[in-house]
Amino acid sequence: MIMEIVLIVLGIMILGGGIMVIVSKDIVGAIIASGVVSLLASIIYLIVGAPDVAMTEAAIGSGLTTVVFLFAWSRIKQLRDADAIPESDSDTAGGISVDPDLNQNRKLTENQEADNA
Amino acid sequence: MITQIMIVIASVLMLLGVWGLLSRRHLIKIILGFTLLDTGIHVLLVAIGYRRGGTAPIFDGDLSPAEALARAVDPVPSALVLTAIVIGLAVTALMLSYAVKMFQHKRSLMIDRNKELKW
Amino acid sequence: MLKRLLTIALMVALAASFFPLMSSIRDRADVGPLAAEYLEDGASDLGAANLVTAVVVTYRGLDTLGEVTVLFAAAAGIALVFQFIRRNREGDAVGQPMEGCGWEELPCRIEASEILKTASGILLPLFLMFGVYIFTHGHLTPGGGFQGGVVIASAILLAFLAGSIRELRHSMVEILEMLAGAGYVAIGLLGIWLAAGFLDPRFLPAGEFGALFSAGAIPVIYSLVGIKVGSELSGVIDVMRRKA
Repeated sequence: MIMEIVLIVLGIMILGGGIMVIVSKDIVGAIIASGVVSLLASIIYLIVGAPDVAMTEAAIGSGLTTVVFLFAWSRIKQLRDADAIPESDSDTAGGISVDPDLNQNRKLTENQEADNA
Repeated sequence: MITQIMIVIASVLMLLGVWGLLSRRHLIKIILGFTLLDTGIHVLLVAIGYRRGGTAPIFDGDLSPAEALARAVDPVPSALVLTAIVIGLAVTALMLSYAVKMFQHKRSLMIDRNKELKW
Repeated sequence: MLKRLLTIALMVALAASFFPLMSSIRDRADVGPLAAEYLEDGASDLGAANLVTAVVVTYRGLDTLGEVTVLFAAAAGIALVFQFIRRNREGDAVGQPMEGCGWEELPCRIEASEILKTASGILLPLFLMFGVYIFTHGHLTPGGGFQGGVVIASAILLAFLAGSIRELRHSMVEILEMLAGAGYVAIGLLGIWLAAGFLDPRFLPAGEFGALFSAGAIPVIYSLVGIKVGSELSGVIDVMRRKA
């Protein structure tokens, strides 16, 4: 009985995390949410009796996949900011931060439009 | 019951992944949709291998080789999912490198602006 | 509007196609005939305590060889894509590697914090040892080549983030990967001559059940897979970090 309850709770959390991946306007938030979904899936694998798969999913899904996404996104932001007005008051210099569509004195490129379904 | 819950979770993840794939225009969101779809498929495969009251097919103090047939879960779906997870990482990294390259050339990640291959 | 309606229609159709599976499946009480044979004969046949390892390395050994090949192709593709980026932009302001950081145009990345530097100094050797432990004990405990390789790549990532390693020497990564991959195929071929077929691990003695040197050539094969996956993923992380 307890296994079913734990699985149902994990399922609800996965649903919440998955919706956040799709709906969120902040790309970094979506990437982190996908890492959380992988972590919850890894816990499910452990409960169901597949510890090898759990180990692999935890290391790859919430580890390397999130890191690879963040490297690529950081590079894209860096290229985009290098296009903008050279006087960059950089709080985004080289780091990974929130998608700056609040900053009005940058040249707004089309990447900063929000997604609408 | 447990298999059923896992298959519901897997279907939810797959549907969310396909929805993200179809309805988003930002390329990184599309790749995140692929990742969710992949995770859903892996949960589905592992769910198929589960058996009632089963435990991991590893022989140690808990499980002896004599009672493996009565209590262990199916080892084959675990082996297949192991392969699939690693390949999913490789394909995601390749997709992201193409996304970075596309941004370098087009300066846009919205797929509306990149329509040359559409006919 | 039409696109949104079509998307909703497709989602409803997909959900409807999953519905019979969701509603009528019940927990099974026994496994299928193939799994029954693996569970009964796997331990006595191969001597491996971890049956998933036995299935991955021996019974489904060709799939693992195919996976190692796909991983290699993807890593080569990533390196190729970024090679082209650097060459296309010769002489352009954006796209020339900056000396010292490997990071272009913007000032060097944020220096790692004190906690990260100190902790990584302690954790890094433990991390690498843990990765090697996982892939050498793949036939005894949960784990194996892929898990150990990914842990090693994560250790290299920690070294990058803490600033201990500036860049990986690519010649060493390539040599490790090449030797490990060639060794894997060579052991498979040894199986043809000395045992029953390609990738058959029984040409080494099965040993005592549960010891480190048991289960024939399975620990050797999985260690080579672990080294290959570890060095390959470290190379991918390095490329995506520096040239991406």
